[in-house]
Amino acid sequence: MTRSLSSRQLTVLALVLLTIALGYFGRDLAKAMDARWLVKFPSAWVIPFKTWISAAMGWLIEDAAIGAVSFTGVTRAVAWLIEQPYDLMLALLATGFVSGQGSAAQVLLPAASWIAVTAAVIALGHYCRDWGLAALVGACFAYLAVFGQWDSAMVTLASVLIAVPIGAGGGLLLGVLAYRHPLFERLVSPILDLMQTIPIFAYLVPILFMFGFGPVSALVATIIYATPPMVRITIMALKAVDPEILDFGRMAGTTRRQLMWRVLVPSASHSLMVGVNQVIMLTLNMVIIASMIGAGGLGFDVLAALRRLDIGAGFEAGIAIVVLAIAVDRLSQAFAERMGQVRRQAPRSWAARHKRTVLIAALLAVTWLLGRFSPLLLDYPESQTITTGAFWSDTVQYLNVNYFDYFEAVKVFFLSWFMLPIKKVLLGIPWPWAIAMLTLLGWHAGGWRLALLCGVMSALIAVSGLWAKAMVTVYLCGASVILATLIGVPLGVLAALNSRAGAAINLLIDTLQTLPSFVYLIPVVMLFRVGDFTALIAIVLYALAPAVRYAAHGVRSVSNELIEAGLVSGCTRTQLLRHIRLPMALPEILLGINQTIMLALSMLVITALVGTRDLGQEVYIALTKADTGRGLAAGLAIAFIAIIADRLVNAGARGARARFGLES
Amino acid sequence: MKPKTKLSCRNVWKLYGANAAAVLQKDPNPSGADIRSAGVIGAVRNANIDIAEGEIFIIMGLSGSGKSTLVRCLSRLIEPTAGEILFDGADLLRASESELIEIRRHKMGMVFQHFALLPHLTVLQNVMFPLTIQAAPKAAAEAKARDVVELVGLKGREDYYPRELSGGQQQRVGIARSLVTEPDLWFLDEPFSALDPLIRREMQDEFLRLQARLHKTIVFITHDFEEAVRLADRIAIMKDGEVIQVATPEELLMNPATDYVAEFTRHIPRSKVLTVGGVMTAGAAGEGEPILQSMRVSEVAERIISAEAPLAVANDAGDIIGAIDRKAVAHVLFGGGEPA
Ligand SMILES: Nc1ncnc2c1ncn2[C@@H]1O[C@H](COP(=O)(O)OP(=O)(O)OP(=O)(O)O)[C@@H](O)[C@H]1O
Ligand SMILES: [Mg+2]
Repeated sequence: MTRSLSSRQLTVLALVLLTIALGYFGRDLAKAMDARWLVKFPSAWVIPFKTWISAAMGWLIEDAAIGAVSFTGVTRAVAWLIEQPYDLMLALLATGFVSGQGSAAQVLLPAASWIAVTAAVIALGHYCRDWGLAALVGACFAYLAVFGQWDSAMVTLASVLIAVPIGAGGGLLLGVLAYRHPLFERLVSPILDLMQTIPIFAYLVPILFMFGFGPVSALVATIIYATPPMVRITIMALKAVDPEILDFGRMAGTTRRQLMWRVLVPSASHSLMVGVNQVIMLTLNMVIIASMIGAGGLGFDVLAALRRLDIGAGFEAGIAIVVLAIAVDRLSQAFAERMGQVRRQAPRSWAARHKRTVLIAALLAVTWLLGRFSPLLLDYPESQTITTGAFWSDTVQYLNVNYFDYFEAVKVFFLSWFMLPIKKVLLGIPWPWAIAMLTLLGWHAGGWRLALLCGVMSALIAVSGLWAKAMVTVYLCGASVILATLIGVPLGVLAALNSRAGAAINLLIDTLQTLPSFVYLIPVVMLFRVGDFTALIAIVLYALAPAVRYAAHGVRSVSNELIEAGLVSGCTRTQLLRHIRLPMALPEILLGINQTIMLALSMLVITALVGTRDLGQEVYIALTKADTGRGLAAGLAIAFIAIIADRLVNAGARGARARFGLES
Repeated sequence: MKPKTKLSCRNVWKLYGANAAAVLQKDPNPSGADIRSAGVIGAVRNANIDIAEGEIFIIMGLSGSGKSTLVRCLSRLIEPTAGEILFDGADLLRASESELIEIRRHKMGMVFQHFALLPHLTVLQNVMFPLTIQAAPKAAAEAKARDVVELVGLKGREDYYPRELSGGQQQRVGIARSLVTEPDLWFLDEPFSALDPLIRREMQDEFLRLQARLHKTIVFITHDFEEAVRLADRIAIMKDGEVIQVATPEELLMNPATDYVAEFTRHIPRSKVLTVGGVMTAGAAGEGEPILQSMRVSEVAERIISAEAPLAVANDAGDIIGAIDRKAVAHVLFGGGEPA
């Protein structure tokens, strides 16, 4: 079958080929023409955004004020507000209540005993669902104690227990406000859109600058990261409340406040709990990143171990985070379910209804009292902890000694045949050409507005002097996304077409998604050591899920009539897939790839730990040096890349949908 | 003695669309074509209704005819685009927010098609809810709520959650909840439409039993003409937002205002609607024990058909006012055309 290409398609093809060729030979060409400025943005042209931003931030901290209220006054007040409950929680779970400072410190009351805390989560598990859940979460916490991760885990838990209520409560309030005032909604929704595309670490540096290195900064970053989905879900949940219930509330003569808090919010509580669960997962996701700006606990342990390349310790702490995440996630899900289906209770005395609470309080008191005589009751004895660090280190050593050649071969193969060519092309494309092509692409996909956006944003990246680093970023993410797509989309299609494979794939993806992002990094570093390839694998693992999910959903939701039409016209199964299912699922698949790109970008600051040379590294260095201008400029550059990618892919998906008549 | 008017609406319009108000400003009485060409939707068009105290007033029409919109205008859940709504003689549309809250708390109750129960509250708490938000004393509120729960026949299920009840039971909760504040005016928006036919009948009987005790002023919506005929004192028929006829069930059958109304009533067993008084021969002489003129034909059909001669018909006072014979009954039962 021959197919003639239209002139438009020919032009596109020619431009793509030309770009690749330009990229491949760009350096040599530039050298030959004696025009190195084409591939390397001349430093004389760089606009010193970094310095400006640093100066602006300096002014903000030192001089900015509205009337008598200075900017620092505001940030201090916020910090104080967050610090109070955090200190309390930290004292209860980890440090104990102490009076005085330094060597004069006196322990008033030690931290809650590990026995009491474990008993409390077991009771919570039983309250939320059944003994099965109680056993699971109990085992998780026992694991933390036995494997010597208790203290760090409690520090992490303390910050989760503070960040989640603030994030969920704040998100709820903002959502309620947006529901009540359409104007406010129109104001926040583009901000929410933007926050979804901007990777977290874009705002790590300014937060660090405003709140200083420490747990408060970490909490602020976590809250900012975890709140937006709650706002969105709140707005959606409130709007989804049955209009009859709204009418009923008004007919019952409720005031506005009663209508909101006694009718709408309780009616929407089931969906709202989904939002809370999201907040919890995102908070746990932030654990390691937050430790870059001062959170202690397990995240810090992983970070420190990665820096030392202490595989065993990193792996131990990493598993501990996973264990903690599993416990918290299952508990919160069970709690959400329970909220949805309140059980009837026979009227009994207060103590009978709260027997778990009473029991735990008693246990806490007893362990505190007896803890004076037997420290075992307070802290899990160190001599009894099991360390797996050596085991992991040995395993890795063994693998590396015996299979080094295989790992190396795989790595070299990927590097030389896949990654390095992409890198070479991307770095070789002359930046003016790249900007022009992006603008053209924007125009082609979404008209002049998108063209303007693409042009301006990519030009800004160039003039801020970050072009080369941005290209390394694009290369790393691009390669990861290509790989994730190549693996994820077929998996998704398979999951949609074969229910048994689907169940297995779903389980895999669910597991991958519960794990905090950086956990992927540890085993990969163990086997492949630091470098781009390690980063690639970690990113692919992290970013795989949406590619699979969306592809599966897209293929599943192809209308049955179309499939039947195909069958009737005598399609084989492969033809059905190729000519009907895949093309119809294309818009969904594109949206999945878009999500994959976003996840890949948000992984960058973590992969910076394994020595990449991209914008993530730039942010990471800026963090360690507390260099605001540098960090913010790099963060913005990543945000620009994210926005360009997001808008282009979305426009493409819209175009595909329109072509298939799925949308006007 | 004519009963006094409880609720009436005057020239009420509800148009949906961007420039709805402007359309009515230009022409206070636009035609259907005008409305369509202006790009707005005429959900309620120039409605005029008077509802008397203590009557069951039924609004009926096909889906999308504007019933819900009209009743929501009457309760001011929706702001009408134009018009006047007089509740106990005062314009409801002029009431301030706090006045409106007071009126709704004490004088109006509403029952919803899909029950609109709060999922997180038990039966008792749902029924108590309107009192709870008024900050009524708890013990009294609970006693009152228990009374109404018993009244609707749900005693023993006070601590169930809505999801644990059948549809019919849920609607009983909805009814109890709307009665707990002892409103004068009771709105029911298709209260039985979501129930299956057997339960629906049972609930209709229940409803009539309740009304016989409570004597509320009722605005009841349905799209089921049979239901309307069973329950109504008067029926308003709506079509495309317009009220095209307001009449008793019998009048609707006997004198339909338009072909549309006639079409609507065609499939109704006439004997269940028409009364003896409506089909008798006035002034004629009959024999036997007199039949009350307010009886439905179906209730006495057998007796009349098995009788040889015309039977006497009496009014409520017991005076003989006419007679009814087999032929008239046969006509009602089998004939399609005008009654003899
Ligand atoms: N918020 C709205 N915006 C625009 N049009 C509306 C709105 N609400 C109702 N309508 C329109 O007004 C008309 C009347 O709707 P309404 O809900 O009153 O009908 P109904 O008689 O109650 O129908 P049903 O038996 O289906 O409940 C319909 O054409 C509907 O599409
Ligand atoms: Mg309706």
